[in-house]
Amino acid sequence: MDFTLKIWRQKNSGEKGKFVNYKVGNVSSDSSFLEMLDVLNEELILKNEEPVAFDHDCREGICGCCSLYINGRPHGPDELITVCQLHMRKFKDGDSIVIEPWRARPFPVIKDLIVDRTAFDKILMEGGFVSVNTGNAPDAHAVPVPKQNADLAFDAAACIGCGACVAACKNASAMLFVSAKVSQFALLPQGRVEAKERVRAMVAKMDELGFGSCSNTGACEAECPKGISLTNIARINREFIKAGSA
Amino acid sequence: MVKLNSKIPAGPLAEKWTNYKAGQNLVNPANKRKLDIIVVGTGLAGASAAASLGEMGFNVKSFCYQDSPRRAHSIAAQGGINAAKNYQNDGDSVYRLFYDTIKGGDYRSRESNVYRLAEVSNSIIDQCVAQGVPFARDYGGYLVNRSFGGAQVSRTFYAKGQTGQQLLLGAFSALMRQVKLGSVEIFPRTEMHDLVIIDGKARGIITRDLITGKIERHFAHAVVLATGGYGNTYYLSTMAMGANVSAAWMSYKRGAYFGNPCFVQIHPTCIPVHGDNQSKLTLMSESLRNDGRIWVPKNLEDAKKVQKGELKAIDIPEENRDYYLERRYPAFGNLVPRDVASRAAKERCDEGHGVGSTGLAVYLDFKDAIKRQGQKAIEEKYGNLFQMYEKIVDQNPYTSPMMIYPAIHYAMGGLWVDYELQTTIPGLFAIGEANFSDHGANRLGASALMQGLADGYFVLPYTIQNYLASDIRTAKIPTNTPEFDEAEKNVRAKMEGLLKIQGKTTVDTFHKRLGKIMWDHVGMARNKEGLQKAIDQIKALRLEFWTDVKVPGKLDEMNTELEKATRVADFLEMGELMARDALQREESCGGHFREEYQTPEGEALRDDENCTFVSAWEHKGATQEPALHKEDLNFEFIEVKQRNYK
Ligand SMILES: Cc1cc2nc3c(=O)[nH]c(=O)nc-3n(C[C@H](O)[C@H](O)[C@H](O)COP(=O)(O)OP(=O)(O)OC[C@H]3O[C@@H](n4cnc5c(N)ncnc54)[C@H](O)[C@@H]3O)c2cc1C
Ligand code: SF4
Ligand code: FES
Repeated sequence: MDFTLKIWRQKNSGEKGKFVNYKVGNVSSDSSFLEMLDVLNEELILKNEEPVAFDHDCREGICGCCSLYINGRPHGPDELITVCQLHMRKFKDGDSIVIEPWRARPFPVIKDLIVDRTAFDKILMEGGFVSVNTGNAPDAHAVPVPKQNADLAFDAAACIGCGACVAACKNASAMLFVSAKVSQFALLPQGRVEAKERVRAMVAKMDELGFGSCSNTGACEAECPKGISLTNIARINREFIKAGSA
Repeated sequence: MVKLNSKIPAGPLAEKWTNYKAGQNLVNPANKRKLDIIVVGTGLAGASAAASLGEMGFNVKSFCYQDSPRRAHSIAAQGGINAAKNYQNDGDSVYRLFYDTIKGGDYRSRESNVYRLAEVSNSIIDQCVAQGVPFARDYGGYLVNRSFGGAQVSRTFYAKGQTGQQLLLGAFSALMRQVKLGSVEIFPRTEMHDLVIIDGKARGIITRDLITGKIERHFAHAVVLATGGYGNTYYLSTMAMGANVSAAWMSYKRGAYFGNPCFVQIHPTCIPVHGDNQSKLTLMSESLRNDGRIWVPKNLEDAKKVQKGELKAIDIPEENRDYYLERRYPAFGNLVPRDVASRAAKERCDEGHGVGSTGLAVYLDFKDAIKRQGQKAIEEKYGNLFQMYEKIVDQNPYTSPMMIYPAIHYAMGGLWVDYELQTTIPGLFAIGEANFSDHGANRLGASALMQGLADGYFVLPYTIQNYLASDIRTAKIPTNTPEFDEAEKNVRAKMEGLLKIQGKTTVDTFHKRLGKIMWDHVGMARNKEGLQKAIDQIKALRLEFWTDVKVPGKLDEMNTELEKATRVADFLEMGELMARDALQREESCGGHFREEYQTPEGEALRDDENCTFVSAWEHKGATQEPALHKEDLNFEFIEVKQRNYK
């Protein structure tokens, strides 16, 4: 298969970027999207041009590194997958493909398609944990957890921290990401103890870092590769009200 | 030369760890604040260690090459984590977990370490639950377990198919809490390239900032490596793209011995290679072999047609199918152990019977199971795996058989460590997959996560104090000493050297060629001639790499090709050591199968008399061959037996 790629190139965070067109040929339809970019990069290197920088590591949809905005969609044209799980057979031979980094003020571009997502870790630092030191834990069966809550907590905890939700949102809101973490702990007895401080601190940090407000449009849920549900946002809103009235 | 001293505490097996802790030196709280510890790696081992050391009051610096500690490769582990809780009341115990692990490792691991691992396993589950790890539960609200290979009990705790992710996020949350409290400082997108030794002790590391390209120096009173396994020596593996051996390798070159480098695990059920541009292999859970039957076309002509796409699996009649596992191993059939299943698949494909466009795949067929149990039952058991397979391969496994092939998955070998998890360099510790310690020649499923967290939460935070207690008077050493100068110069020379070559061949091309040598000769089946050939070929390839590699860009900027080049340069040396180790181990055990040492029926044949040892390799400089040291394994508490699959 042959493709025309229109790729965002940017030397570093200080310089202005621009789109550059490339042709890439002889791509197997069984290749993943990132393997297609590997092919392009091999060609660029041999032509003495600079290869395109992009984030990736596990290449199986779990580490959350890969983060490309393809033809106007985070993670490209398929449902419930990350870019590394996207395959070229989803495109037509001869297609033009536009590839951009996540675009959101709190995620500045580092180089080409790589952005800085440390803002997410800064939010988690504020309360994305249970304050228990190693060795302090009681027996794992000391506190039973209703299966339904455990399952919902797992669904929320499945977030890979990729940032597609932020990239998909016109306000660059991080509500889906933050609500997933808050929900995981809110649903478990171990997390209830610090629930109020947690939600207050994480929301305050999110605002401080420049993430926009949530307007309940649902673009985040539609693009989330792990199917994190909007019900988590409803839950964080309830938690926030509870925390405020205390 | 360093004398190997495994420092196994005296006394009965079940009392060794307790005795050790009672007798060890501790560091008091006031002194902990004065001591710096570097932890390289933020997987299960590194994150849990850094968090725990931070909680204790040490100053910790934590490094990883990803943009966030949460993305370390442990995140990809699927199946689960073992512990001897005996919640199922099925007769499990610390002793049984210990015994299964020793036996599973084909009697090539240290009894005392493995017993301690089993002993602390239960605390891991307690700790994770307290952190809010959402393990699977039953309707009563209690934890459930699943079974894994090599055990007769159900002791594996899990969170759907994402156990590694949930455990890592738990350890990561503990780590971030310490970052907030100021006891841990994190350095993401930072790669370690050398170890600094002062007066014989590990005192720091040299790193490169992957965003700015800046080379930096870091001092600490002790250095902990939690940098994962070296499976990517083979290019294609189930490892993450950035997984590397560099930190361990540079430490080896600085004097740390490398333990059992030839012990790697090959997992039989992975999605096969589809073409030359493939970058990585994806695991399909071993559980599929419960219901799937493995076969290839009996006739070579059929196999050829299938490879060319002229014939489909479903068109091949029953009598022309070779269910080779059932044929060769009637007793175990499709459920033979991992190493046996892997080798048998390779044998068929080597003979030309493989399927798929590359001919390097075998069928895993659910037709009979679907007929017997109905599609719905199969869907309930394996639905998510079938869906994942379909996304990647674009074929419906309900109607045509899956294609699978073995892939490199895990490294049992690693830096040699003693009972305290200290390497042969004082002050340098290795934990998790980066050390060689607990799995012998073969790791059981769900035991790597257990070992990583055991090392990081419950073992290292104690044993490191026994070392640091004698170091409380050592003030911080400034990073402008000659030793730091020399190490930084070493790193710069390597990178500038790579950038200067400007040859005609890309880094990936070399990596793929190394991978092929490794896979062909140091893979599932090895022999003397092939291993000798591999050593020569790797040497030649290394020479070619250093004269013809093309690395674009500069040192002082983000340069992903330079990152790859430094890693591949180290794999090109590591590969040779693995081949050497495989050559000297004249027996077959676990994942190490030497064709010369097998029973008439083709089973692995151990040589307990001559080979009950850990090999520990000492680097002797670039021009000299490495020296082999042996740590004899003494089985005082367990009777050594031949594993029997029949
Ligand atoms: C697909 C897959 C599934 C698995 N499933 C299971 C399972 O179900 N159960 C089980 O028990 N085990 C499983 N395993 C094995 C298990 O996941 C690993 O052995 C384990 O997670 C390794 O943890 P670790 O902490 O030692 O290293 P890793 O998690 O590999 O972490 C390595 C860390 O070191 C850092 N690092 C590496 N090199 C450098 C450097 N030079 N400089 C700076 N930082 C560096 C990395 O950034 C990373 O943070 C699986 C493995 C794979 C590949
Ligand atoms: S909520 Fe979904 S889209 Fe947002 S970071 Fe998590 S996994 Fe990515
Ligand atoms: S590379 Fe890990 S999720 Fe895509």
